[in-house]
Amino acid sequence: MSGSTPTDPGRGDAADGTGTAAPAAEAAAAAAPASGGRPVVPPRAEPTLLSRISQSSVTVTVLALVLGLVAGGILIAVTNSQVQATAGYFFARPTDFFAAVWQAVAGGYGALFQGSVYNINRPDFLSGIRPLMDTLTFATPLIAAALGVGLAFRVGLFNIGGRGQMLIAAAAAGWVGSTMNLPWGLHMILAVVAGLIGGAVWGGLVGFLKARTGAHEVILTIMLNYIAFYLLAFLLRTPGLLQAPDSSNPKSGPMADTAVFPKILGDRYNLHFGFILVILATIFVWWLLNRSALGFRFRAVGENPEASRVAGINVNNVYIYAMLLAGALAGLGGASQVLGSVTSGVTSGIDAGIGFDAITVALLGRSRPWGIFAAGVLFGALKAGSFSMQAAQGIPIDIVTVVQAVVVLMIAAPPLVRSIFFLNRPARRAAAASRLPEVSAK
Amino acid sequence: MTLELRGITKRFGALVANDHIDLRVEAGSIHCLLGENGAGKSTLMNVLYGLYQADEGEIVLDGVVQDFAGPGDARRAGIGMVHQHFMLVPVFTVAENVMLGHEQTGFAGRLDLAAARAKVREISERFGFDIDPDAVVEDLPVGVQQRVEIIKALSQRAKVLVFDEPTAVLTPQETDELMAIMEQLKAEGTAIVFITHKLREVRRVADTITVIRLGKVVGQAEPTATNAELATQMVGRAVELTVQKAPATPGAPALVVENLTVVDDNGLKVVNDVSFTVHEGEILAIAGVQGNGQTELTEALIGLQSAAEGRVSLGGRELTGLTVRQALDEGIGFVPEDRTHDGLVGEFTIAENLMLDRSTGAPFVRAGSVQYGVLNAFAEEKKAEFDIRAASIQTAAGRLSGGNQQKVVLARELSRDLKLFVAAQPTRGIDVGSIEFVHKRMVATRDAGVPVIVVSTELDEVAALADRIAVMYRGEIVGIVPGTTSRDTLGLMMAGERPEGIVE
Repeated sequence: MSGSTPTDPGRGDAADGTGTAAPAAEAAAAAAPASGGRPVVPPRAEPTLLSRISQSSVTVTVLALVLGLVAGGILIAVTNSQVQATAGYFFARPTDFFAAVWQAVAGGYGALFQGSVYNINRPDFLSGIRPLMDTLTFATPLIAAALGVGLAFRVGLFNIGGRGQMLIAAAAAGWVGSTMNLPWGLHMILAVVAGLIGGAVWGGLVGFLKARTGAHEVILTIMLNYIAFYLLAFLLRTPGLLQAPDSSNPKSGPMADTAVFPKILGDRYNLHFGFILVILATIFVWWLLNRSALGFRFRAVGENPEASRVAGINVNNVYIYAMLLAGALAGLGGASQVLGSVTSGVTSGIDAGIGFDAITVALLGRSRPWGIFAAGVLFGALKAGSFSMQAAQGIPIDIVTVVQAVVVLMIAAPPLVRSIFFLNRPARRAAAASRLPEVSAK
Repeated sequence: MTLELRGITKRFGALVANDHIDLRVEAGSIHCLLGENGAGKSTLMNVLYGLYQADEGEIVLDGVVQDFAGPGDARRAGIGMVHQHFMLVPVFTVAENVMLGHEQTGFAGRLDLAAARAKVREISERFGFDIDPDAVVEDLPVGVQQRVEIIKALSQRAKVLVFDEPTAVLTPQETDELMAIMEQLKAEGTAIVFITHKLREVRRVADTITVIRLGKVVGQAEPTATNAELATQMVGRAVELTVQKAPATPGAPALVVENLTVVDDNGLKVVNDVSFTVHEGEILAIAGVQGNGQTELTEALIGLQSAAEGRVSLGGRELTGLTVRQALDEGIGFVPEDRTHDGLVGEFTIAENLMLDRSTGAPFVRAGSVQYGVLNAFAEEKKAEFDIRAASIQTAAGRLSGGNQQKVVLARELSRDLKLFVAAQPTRGIDVGSIEFVHKRMVATRDAGVPVIVVSTELDEVAALADRIAVMYRGEIVGIVPGTTSRDTLGLMMAGERPEGIVE
């Protein structure tokens, strides 16, 4: 590689300005080794982190979300200049302070809502609903990548490699999309397939290395993220490879019109064909996990690899298949990003932090396909809304990242959520009540 | 010191593990706590040892009510425990283990190992143990490790000593020695609580017997009671302790194992040049103390041990080098030793567990899709046939009792077309009622002409089932003897000796 240093891969600033490093994802990665996952897995007396997360109740998930929003609200209030001013004479006129807090938080979250669901300031419904379409557009690659992460979770693999898989997929899809000359439709299909294959190769490599050498998938995926990032940077800087002709920028040429995803609801909205693909992917993953024989083996290995081995399931092959599919799903996210959302060309920030956010989304969706879909839409909304929050209220976009991080933190620690909401005590009282009849019967 | 438990009640949610249990253990006596697995014996002892806090009731030592917040309090009050699974640090020496938790230190926290060594020697001499204080625990045989546990408890001046299922890991001879140690402790005035479900041992050493069933004391028994009386009291109904079985009618040789050797990760030969034959319609029991290569031997048969040498053939077909999948397809049914770890997926439903080793092809999979209709009908049928007690076939297997979990594994393995059935410790940790059921099914499998291998460390089980017995010691087969061989002979063979007149 030449002496130039591309952007630090940990940061992931994106071409379209939506880049967010995800501290939540990093925290998840740090916790991952505790989940075990070598080919020979130690006995599981204690539930693993993965099984704890996937089994956490819907209540805990919803309450975690509430706590995340509360934390965000506190930050909004604390950083608001009006709140700071009124806090100075809090004891003289506390009402001023509370009014300012209310205004800041309500204003912030109001803008978030208007930026992500429905803008009441627009004259008609069709333009008012535009934010919701933006939400779905943001959600599209996020859901795809999160399905990949979630699928791997269900097989007991902590796939931190969404970023690398997306980058390779974006490069492959972008190469087909920007350099080839093919008729409309076929071009697009070929570009998507290239993306799927690119992601599958990058994910499958992890499965292969884990199956053959016993290397831990967390280490493999993290390292392959770096390799993918610098490989892409190299491709983008080397004339004749992926770099746009007649350009010295580290960027590919724009996607050909024949390869770009069509806008499915007309040019008024950004929502593109990738969203349909993602819905299909969600249905596919649901079928795979809940109805197919392969998915049965996936889940069996995820829950108890030892028993699966004794039952004649080739655990190593399952790891390879699972990572191939997980990579392909993340690849769909990468392809959708480059063919639908940012069609001006591939850059090394094309993943826009989605590969890491996907971990968060998969956790929030408890690794269930439709849970991931819902969580992806929610995160899409947070992302879409954060821009209008910044524009309308001057609230930093980072607040949304904090909300996301707090949500995941809480989901990973259900006892914490339960104790915050005093959920343990009612359970005990209920148990005591159920015992009463026995006692009186004596 | 006299220990008294008064009205101890411990609940876990809706489950009442101990229901107003009263118990009185006198100094200088052995009090047996007899009950099936899951009857609440261990819970009661964990309450006594301060690991659990009782919801109701009190622990009284010499008339003084105790309040234990943790094991430390219990130990200081003079209660010692020899756990079923030893609580020793394998890489520490005996002296280090004995001092662990109450280390004596000198200047600037320097450990006073000399004092610990002296203590080990003193106690060893008192009981005639031959234990080197500087031996590393992991190098010691299991029976000796147990003595280290006993020394550890005594070094803290335990006046009440609880033995939790101490004989599970011992050879018959080691068990005899343990009994002698218990008698000696009793003579010194120690109050002993002896938890077990083995009737023979109870009748040998107990002064008093308390039978616990479903968390309640169901009565006292005299050491003179017969096995059948004790078992009936323990289970709550009359139980057949011996399996009714006709003499075997062995057919042609089916499984032929020649010079099988298995090497473990450390390069040790855990199965060393083993050869034997099992005929159609016969049960071969593999007896031996835990950890003498039986586990690895059975695993090698179904392809779970990749580092196996030698030849294995079944009905003339070569099994050597097959994958687990291929071995299962050859018609081997396998009940693994540790069912929760290797036999079941705890989070899966009963129905899903029943198809665990048949997730490719008919009858449960068609065109890549699981046929849940077929599976559920199959599961309902097997639930009835094998008397699996559960709310429904959608109950998670992990929530079932040990006996019902084992029935799920059996139902899965026995409902295929078998040419060989291998069961490792098929009745470990399950209730007497289920043991009866499991044994009957195994005999029925034999009578259907299938060769059966049963691995067991329990001589009662070996005696009940076996047509022939192979005894394993340190990876080798000491000898193969008829099913009627006496316990004493088997016991000697389990220790590696080959009594006269026994040929391999």
